[in-house]
Amino acid sequence: MSAAWRLYRRELALAWSGGGGPLLALGFYAAIATLVPLAAGPSLQRLAGIAIAFPWIALALASLLSLERLFERDFEDGALDLLMLGPLPTEAMAAIKCLAQWSAVGAPLALAAPIAAATLGAPLAFAPMIVVVSAVGGFAFAFVGGLGAALALGSRRGGLIIAVIVLPLISPPVIFGGGALEAYAAGLPWRTGLLLLLAYALGAAALSPFFMAAACRNAAS
Amino acid sequence: MITGLVGEGLAIRRGERLLFHDIELRLGAGAAVALTGPNGAGKTSLLRAIAGFIAPESGRIAFLGEAGELDPADARSRDTHFLGHQDGLKGHRTALDELVFQAGWTGGDEARALAAAAKFGLTRGLDLAVRQLSAGQRRRLALARLIASPRRLWLLDEPLAPLDARHRALFGDLAAQHLAGGGLLLAAVHDPLPYPARTLELGA
Repeated sequence: MSAAWRLYRRELALAWSGGGGPLLALGFYAAIATLVPLAAGPSLQRLAGIAIAFPWIALALASLLSLERLFERDFEDGALDLLMLGPLPTEAMAAIKCLAQWSAVGAPLALAAPIAAATLGAPLAFAPMIVVVSAVGGFAFAFVGGLGAALALGSRRGGLIIAVIVLPLISPPVIFGGGALEAYAAGLPWRTGLLLLLAYALGAAALSPFFMAAACRNAAS
Repeated sequence: MITGLVGEGLAIRRGERLLFHDIELRLGAGAAVALTGPNGAGKTSLLRAIAGFIAPESGRIAFLGEAGELDPADARSRDTHFLGHQDGLKGHRTALDELVFQAGWTGGDEARALAAAAKFGLTRGLDLAVRQLSAGQRRRLALARLIASPRRLWLLDEPLAPLDARHRALFGDLAAQHLAGGGLLLAAVHDPLPYPARTLELGA
């Protein structure tokens, strides 16, 4: 078994047991589907207007929820030293952590997103598009969020710092994804928005491991 | 494969304070050095510098192999075990899961991990969550990875602190075996070691 696979499985198990994995996603969307009609009023017409946007925002926010444990726990209990002295470069280690974070939190959220949207009145025909945008967006959120989590290593109130760092960085993908979904719902050209989102996700996955590794080295020194 | 560790003119600064300077360290295959000195003398910092986490203020750290000097990053990531005073174990995972991951991550496999656990007398507690283990059991679990994956250089920070007399002696036997096989061992300690070692005193 390769070291990368071992680490991925460990991170998946940690995210599953610590963050709740798919249950967290379902719980979060259940809360959205219940609370939005209570807050915005039960009018189906009004709900239909936000039925797609709300799960998308919820996905962005839910991706922030369990970031605090991504690097901080390993730092606190000494496991980060072990991870940094392993056979993989620290950059690869950080990237695998983000990938596992996406598998455990982002992917279940993406699968649950069309259900939440449908509950609020979005047509079922939108489901594939919602899943695709949510999956790609969640991928971007995981890597950008990992960057925030690594930069906040060792600081008190890490959660607050992560939110402050990550908020400006997840705004562009939120705009691209939201634009693509809105255009798709209105029957307008939507490919550009989705491609921009994909480009942002790939860019984040390519660049953020270097910053995460630097932040880990800084925290360990 | 590491056959020697050399530190020349090492000085380490933490914040404003120069912890030590002009430290010379030489460690060959089969040799052990005990780092001693009062609290705050820089034992942990020296170990972390050798492991590559801290850049020394001045001086040089070199890993020697059979064919000359090794690439330090390579020597650290392939042939060095570092165990700080924390065990690096996750409280809610089972002891078996943690040991198998730590051993596998550093180059061992499950069979070796189980054999190592047996040597440290941990066979019965392996299905418990790590947080249910005592401090001594957790330390033994962390030490088990040293013999579960074959790495030549051991950097240990107070490895024996939570262990009882019987397990200190046991660790002494296993460390002696490691040294007899050509291993290198550098440990920060306060108590006498249960295996023969030279002493390097910091802050004297």
